[in-house]
Amino acid sequence: MMTTPLNKSVERKDEKLIMDAGDISRAMIRIAHEILERNKGVKDLALVGIRTGGVHLAHRLVKRIHSIEGVLVPIGELDITLYRDDLALRKNQPILRKTSVPFDMTNKVVVLVDDVLFTGRTIRAAMDGLMDLGRPEEIQLAVLVDRGHRQLPIKANYIGKNLPTSRDEQVQVLLDEDGEDDRVVILKS
Amino acid sequence: MSLKRKDLLSLVPLSVDEIMLVLETADSFKEVTGREIKKVPALRGKTVVNLFFEPSTRTRTSFELAAKRLSADVINFSPSSSSVVKGETLLDTARNIEAMQADIIVLRHSSAGAAETLANGVKSSVINAGDGWHEHPTQALLDLYTIRQRGMNFHGLRVAIVGDVSHSRVARSNIYALIKLGAEVRLVGPPTMMPCGVEKLGVKVYYDMDEGLRGANVIMMLRLQLERQGRAQFPTIREYSRLYGLTVERVRLADAGAIVMHPGPINRGVEIAPDVADSLSSVILDQVANGVAVRMGILYLMSGAN
Repeated sequence: MMTTPLNKSVERKDEKLIMDAGDISRAMIRIAHEILERNKGVKDLALVGIRTGGVHLAHRLVKRIHSIEGVLVPIGELDITLYRDDLALRKNQPILRKTSVPFDMTNKVVVLVDDVLFTGRTIRAAMDGLMDLGRPEEIQLAVLVDRGHRQLPIKANYIGKNLPTSRDEQVQVLLDEDGEDDRVVILKS
Repeated sequence: MSLKRKDLLSLVPLSVDEIMLVLETADSFKEVTGREIKKVPALRGKTVVNLFFEPSTRTRTSFELAAKRLSADVINFSPSSSSVVKGETLLDTARNIEAMQADIIVLRHSSAGAAETLANGVKSSVINAGDGWHEHPTQALLDLYTIRQRGMNFHGLRVAIVGDVSHSRVARSNIYALIKLGAEVRLVGPPTMMPCGVEKLGVKVYYDMDEGLRGANVIMMLRLQLERQGRAQFPTIREYSRLYGLTVERVRLADAGAIVMHPGPINRGVEIAPDVADSLSSVILDQVANGVAVRMGILYLMSGAN
């Protein structure tokens, strides 16, 4: 089990702290409860994290759900690179990572998990990617931070924190799994 | 890390990091080729032209399938059905294809250096799918992928390449890459089929097959180009087969977990005994299956905007 030092201030230079480890932990607990409430338990439920931040968060949600319901729901990892809408425009192709969805999605309620919801383009790509892997009954979306500025008609079902930002600000979710102290920050320019 | 190259002509200029990037990218595509829907939209709107001046089924089909699974448009162009028989030069043919906005040209040609000539003359990316006796880089990359898939580490790996090395573009590409990756490369074959001064590349040459196979982790057989018989390179096929054919007994000389590879098409009973080709240590069909994933990776990495 993860131990999260509460109220540990990790504010650093060049960063404006938005959520600390305790905030993230509480948001994940709430989202886990909301997912279970909305879907009336874990039946046919599955989580798919979007690489790479979303994968970590999806694993955390699976643990949370397990501690509430005593059931480990299936989890998948999705790399959306091949479904990006800017591949033809880029000079160098982004590094591909592995997709692994080791369960049949047919008739499952799949909760996509990502760290930051911004333009919505990643989620569009993720939905196309999921559809190529099977036919889920329903796709829902959970994000840790919704920072607005959507360019596509996409909306999250579960949101850790609504964060009003200006378009050119950089929001970063840093996680323990990547060797960082858990925190959400806006980078100061 | 990215493959900042317009063309893939040879494995000589590729760094170890670039080779590993291709193999890792291919890994992701291996997952795609295992799906029910084996298609991703990554190369939508791109055009890949297979320009094959030499007969080839495996390589052309492999590239075609790879491009189609990436959602690219594919055109197959072969000389028998083209204006080449009317005397058009390679560059003119290619410029015409380019004028139709081909993004990537995959070239197979009987002359060494044809791919480079083409690459210098057109703006499209060029992938060498075999040029004369020179190189066949995508075959070597899929061979490396297959070796790595078996959990083998390249550093210190003992690889025996057996057969007509001097006429083999597959051997040449593999030698360049394997040496770079730190493998011990042994070339096995009759003196008439060994390129002069090949030791300078850092390989060991064996004229005795048994000696060359001893302790090898990978046995890479080359196709005996039967069409060359009578050109004073080997007296009879039977003799060649006796001296350099891979039999079950010879496989036993190699390391216990050794794998047997062959770029195909195989001559059963000539360079490889049927029971070896069909044995558990044979990865010949894995090579073919991996070829599609590796070529998807290469097409993907080379499809960046110009």
